Amino acid sequence: MSSLPVRAAVVATGQTDHGRRLDASMAEIAREAIDRCLESCGLQFDDIDAVVAGNMEMFEGIYLVDQYFVGALGALGKPLYKLNTGGTVGASAALACYHLVASGRHRRVLGVGFQKQSEGSTQSAITTVGDPVWERAVMAGAIGNFASMASTYIAESGVTQEQAAKVAVKARRYACLNPHAHLKLPDITVEQVLESEMLAFPIHRLDFCPSSDGACAIVVAAEDLAGDLVEHPAWVHAVATAHDQQYMGDSPKRLAVMRSLQAAAKKAYGLAGIEHPLRDFDVAEIYEPASYAELALYENLSFCEMGDGGRLIDEGATLMDGQLPVNPSGGVLSTNPVGATAMIRVAEAAMQVMGQAGEHQIPDVRRALATGYGGNAWTDIMILSRERPRASAEVSTE
Amino acid sequence: MSSTQAEAFNRDQAIRIEQQITLQYRFAAGYYATHFFTALREEGKILGSRDAEGHVMVPPRPVNGLSGLPMDEWVEVGPDGVLAGCTIVYVPFIDPMTGVQRPVPYGFGLVRFNGADTSIYHLLDATEPEQIGVGKRVEAVFKPREERTGSLADIRNFRLLD
Repeated sequence: MSSLPVRAAVVATGQTDHGRRLDASMAEIAREAIDRCLESCGLQFDDIDAVVAGNMEMFEGIYLVDQYFVGALGALGKPLYKLNTGGTVGASAALACYHLVASGRHRRVLGVGFQKQSEGSTQSAITTVGDPVWERAVMAGAIGNFASMASTYIAESGVTQEQAAKVAVKARRYACLNPHAHLKLPDITVEQVLESEMLAFPIHRLDFCPSSDGACAIVVAAEDLAGDLVEHPAWVHAVATAHDQQYMGDSPKRLAVMRSLQAAAKKAYGLAGIEHPLRDFDVAEIYEPASYAELALYENLSFCEMGDGGRLIDEGATLMDGQLPVNPSGGVLSTNPVGATAMIRVAEAAMQVMGQAGEHQIPDVRRALATGYGGNAWTDIMILSRERPRASAEVSTE
Repeated sequence: MSSTQAEAFNRDQAIRIEQQITLQYRFAAGYYATHFFTALREEGKILGSRDAEGHVMVPPRPVNGLSGLPMDEWVEVGPDGVLAGCTIVYVPFIDPMTGVQRPVPYGFGLVRFNGADTSIYHLLDATEPEQIGVGKRVEAVFKPREERTGSLADIRNFRLLD
């Protein structure tokens, strides 16, 4: 492990009004988030040194996003890096912004994640994620994949459909407090989730995320600038990335045991001095495209013992007034513009630390966790804090 | 867009441009997949790759990513195995091999062949959640030799044995 020379913080975020945005082009939707982001910290495009963009190209079928959107991204004449790490990409872009600043290479870096699911066929596009030789012949889309994973998780943990439905209810009710969220259902009940159409057993329609259009932007700034741009910067205390083997059947207990998430969490918690996540974090924004995934994430992020995710939601520990509020934004279950989704986790965690989360603000947030999980099993973790780190957050070079 | 432009923009009348793009690919399967699919097509055998510690992986591959050991030995696995994950899919999905919507409901899951440490996704010969379950035993149903082309679809699906 080696220390990076510069401390860095998220100082601004911006999000679109996510949903079905037939009124705006891809470039316009990215720009909407960027304009809101820059406006919130008073920066101009001229102040930005470099841009990192995240997007999953196959949803819209445009594979040179960095070229076609250079104007919208305000990146003309600047370093512009385009990433794709699957559903994780927004968090990967956020981590890249952090690395560019913490390394001393740049002082103000703009990160942008965006997606317009309405422009293509989401389930067909998902097919192109699979290995062409080994996996595409028998793919069943994101829903079939998640449903199979949920069955493994249920077999391991004994979690019930009712416990998963409680997660689905929590997400859509909290979405009503978030002006940017897509799927807002103020009166949703557990019964409604269980009675909603079965997409793939045991996943009901209301157990699953919507397909959204949307964008998210952040600015990461160096330590000497951060305090001038926002009253309470969201300081980066730790980041970690890990991934698993290449094929979807390689992980022996998919979802129930998330090897890459456990490895990344262990690394990040160690760097940030997190001993008891449930106690040490004040809020978490985690990547839960299905209700069951949130319960499995509780376990794999060590919010509780393995197999205890259902108990945590039964006890209300992850509600907004619980010990560790999880996804007060409404989460991925309420809003999923894929290329933006994991950056929204980082942005929402940063908003909580900066005190900018509005109606879904958790009081007195000192430390927040953001996670991305996508592709086969690619994991990104970022830990943000109100306190400026003593030394630059350490980044493993393993 | 200026505020004047925004006021004049009727968002409900925004134009959408429709396009259909058909791209054709021919993927070189490479050594490991060619060996595997030839054995599947010609002999109806499932092969895995094994490392010096005895770990067996399907799909076969040059290196065990967990240990870093080369997987330079071939070993026959299956054709029976157990379900590591499973579902019944009700939502329509275009079959990427045919371009035609797969009839619903259908079974889908992760099969761990007996003798292997990893699993592959495949179709299950089941249409009801009661028929399937994690840990249940399954067996590969091969297409007749004359229909096999050298692909994972040479296995029609997996039959539940329990």
